[in-house]
Amino acid sequence: MRKNLEKYFRIDKLPHIWCPGCGHGIITGAVVRAIDNLKLDKDKICIVSGIGCSSRAPGYLNFNTLHTTHGRALAFATGLKLANPDLKVIVLTGDGDCTAIGGNHFIHACRRNIDITTVVFNNSIYGMTSGQYSPMTPAGAYATTAPYGNIDRNFDLCKLAQASGATYVARGTVYHVPQLIKIIEKALQHKGFSVVETVSICPTYFGRKNKMGSPVKMMEMLRDNSVTVKAAEKMSREELANKIVIGEFYEENAPEYTEEYKKIIQKAQGEE
Amino acid sequence: MTSKPRLMQGNEACVEGAIAAGMRFYAGYPITPSTEIAEIAAERLPKVGGKFIQMEDEIASMGAVIGASLAGLKAMTATSGPGFSLKQENLGFACLTEVPCVVVDVQRGGPSTGQPTMPAQGDVMQARWGTHGDHPIITLSPSYVREVFDMTIRAFNLSEKYRVPCILLMDEVVGHLRERVELPDPASIKVINRKRPDFSKIEQYNPYQDYDGDGVPPMVNFGEGVPYHVTGLIHDITGFPSTSPAVTEYLISRLMRKINDNLDDIIDYEKLYTEDAETVVVSFGSTARSAIRAAKILRKEGEKVGVLRLKTIWPFPHKAIQELAPTTKNIIVAEMNYGQLIEVVEASAKGRFNVIGLNKFNGELISPDEVIAKVREVNKNA
Ligand SMILES: Cc1ncc(C[n+]2csc(CCOP(=O)(O)OP(=O)(O)O)c2C)c(N)n1
Ligand code: SF4
Repeated sequence: MRKNLEKYFRIDKLPHIWCPGCGHGIITGAVVRAIDNLKLDKDKICIVSGIGCSSRAPGYLNFNTLHTTHGRALAFATGLKLANPDLKVIVLTGDGDCTAIGGNHFIHACRRNIDITTVVFNNSIYGMTSGQYSPMTPAGAYATTAPYGNIDRNFDLCKLAQASGATYVARGTVYHVPQLIKIIEKALQHKGFSVVETVSICPTYFGRKNKMGSPVKMMEMLRDNSVTVKAAEKMSREELANKIVIGEFYEENAPEYTEEYKKIIQKAQGEE
Repeated sequence: MTSKPRLMQGNEACVEGAIAAGMRFYAGYPITPSTEIAEIAAERLPKVGGKFIQMEDEIASMGAVIGASLAGLKAMTATSGPGFSLKQENLGFACLTEVPCVVVDVQRGGPSTGQPTMPAQGDVMQARWGTHGDHPIITLSPSYVREVFDMTIRAFNLSEKYRVPCILLMDEVVGHLRERVELPDPASIKVINRKRPDFSKIEQYNPYQDYDGDGVPPMVNFGEGVPYHVTGLIHDITGFPSTSPAVTEYLISRLMRKINDNLDDIIDYEKLYTEDAETVVVSFGSTARSAIRAAKILRKEGEKVGVLRLKTIWPFPHKAIQELAPTTKNIIVAEMNYGQLIEVVEASAKGRFNVIGLNKFNGELISPDEVIAKVREVNKNA
C-alpha cells in the first residue's frame, strides 16, 4: 500500500476477509484514492454499509464507520446526514443489499436527493451467503438458488437510480480503475444523491457457478465487454446485449434535501 | 411556575415532553393511533431547530433515528403494532450498539393489522422480546396525559443515561385522550445527556470500554474528530467484530448488567391502598385508571382492595410484587390482552399469591365496573 494512503486504513484490521481475486478490495481502494485526491476532511467522513462481503469494507477504513443491518445502510445514512449536514456521508453497499432488501430505501434516497454518495459493489450475486441470485444476477446465469438458470430479470441499476431521482449516476468496473476513481471523485463532489454502480467480480461464487475461469479471466471479461456511454450511443440494441456500459449517465443540479430542510427551519422559526 | 392549564391529547403531550427532554430529531411513518405524534413533531421540531423526516417505512425510520442519534441528536420515532414489528431488527441493533433512542408504541389491537382504532395492550411481550437475542431494554407505560409528558422526558433521560433504547408503551386510550394539563416550568425539568469520555484521563478512546465500571461506556458522536467503528456484530471494547466466546459473553453480560444493577433507579410504580389489601389489582396504562377507580369505590364499601400501577414494565418490578403486604392473598392482573403480563406476575409470585387474570381483547377497554365485578368474584371465592 502507498504510504500516503495508510492513514485511511485501519492497518491492524488487515488482512481483509475477502477471497483472493475478489473485486471488492479494488473498489474500496478506489474510494480511498478518490477521498485522498479531493483532500476531504477525514473527521467529517462517515462510511455506512449494510450487510454482505462488500459491506465489510468500512471496518478496514479509518473514518467514522457504521456497519448496519442488511439493506438499511441508506436509512441510517439519511439520519446521520440530516442530523448533521456537515458530515460527508458515503454508503458502501452490495447489489443484493442495495437492490433487494434495500431497494425501497434506495429509490427513496434517490427521490429525496439527499447529499449522500452511494457506491454499489455489484458482483451480480450474494457473496456472503455463498452464491444465491440477486436482483442484479443476469437472466440465464446460474446461482446456488438458480440451479437451472435464473429466470428473474435484473435491474439496470443506473436507469433505476436516474428514474428514482438521483442527481449523479455513473457506472464503472473494477477493471477500469483510473476511470472509477474519477467518477467516485465526481460523485463525492456532487451536491445531492450520487450513485456509482461498480461492476465487481466474485470469482468464488458467481465465477465458479458460471464457469468463468480465473479472476484474471473475469477481469478480461470486464475489459472486453465494456463500452463507454459515448460508444454505446452509436450501437444497436443487439450490439449492446451483454455489454457493460460505463461512464457518466446523468448529472443534474437539483434542490438538496438537507438544504431544503434548513429553509423549513427558517420558515418555521420566522412564523413564531 | 407551571404553564397555563390547557386541554392536551396524550400524543401531543408526548411530543411536548420529548422536546422538553431535548429531542431534536424525529423519523417516522404514519400509523393509527400514533399518527398525531408525527404530525405534531413535524410542526414543532423545526421551530426549535430540530429535524423531522417522514421515511418510507418503519424500518427506515428506526434506522434514521439510530443514525441521527450517532450524529449527536436526541432522536425518537413513534408507531403502533405492525410498525413496531417492523422496527424490531433495527431496535436490536440499537440495543447491541448502545445507541440512545426513544420508540413510542401506541398500542392497537392485534395481531397483524388487527383493530387499528381500538385500544389494546397486546405489545407487552413484543416490547420486551420483539427483537432476537438477549438484550436489555427499558419500557415505560403512562396512564395520564400529564404523565405522558413526564414519562417521555424520563424515557429520554434513561435512554441517554444507560445508552439503551427506551420504549414508551402507550395505549390508544391514553394516546387519544384529552385532559386538562399544566406543564411544569421548563427550568424545573431535569434533563440527562449521554455520558462523554474524559479525554484528560483517557489515552485511547475505546467506544465500548466500561471506563467507569458502571457498565455504560462514554459516547462520542460521529463527526467530533474521534473516528470509531459501530457494528451490529458482536464486538470487543474497540468496537470491532469478534467471534471469541469470552468477548461475546462479556458484552452480553455487560449489556444486561448496566440495567440489572440499576433497577431501583429505573423501576417506578404507584401503590394505592396496598398496606392492608387482601386483593391487589396489578395494571398499567389506561386499565390502571379503571383499577384505581374500582378500588376507590370498593374501599368505601369496606373491601380490602389495593392497586399496583406499573409505570416501568421492563425491567419488570418483581420486588414490588414480592413486597406486597402479608395480608395480600390475591393478585388480579388486569390487562387488555389475552394474558401477557400475568405470566411475569406469576413468576414473581412464586406461588405465594393466587394470581388471576382480568383480560379483555375485544377492542373495548376494561371498565371500573368490570374490575369491581372481578374483585367481588375473587373475594367471594377466597
Ligand atoms: C435480514 C437479513 N436477511 C438475510 C441476511 C443474510 N445475508 C447476509 S449478506 C446477504 C447478501 C449480501 O449480498 P450482496 O449485498 O450482494 O453483497 P456481497 O456479499 O455479494 O458483497 C444476505 C442475504 C441478513 N444478514 N439479514
Ligand atoms: S464470496 Fe465473492 S464477494 Fe465475497 S469475498 Fe469472496 S469473492 Fe468476494
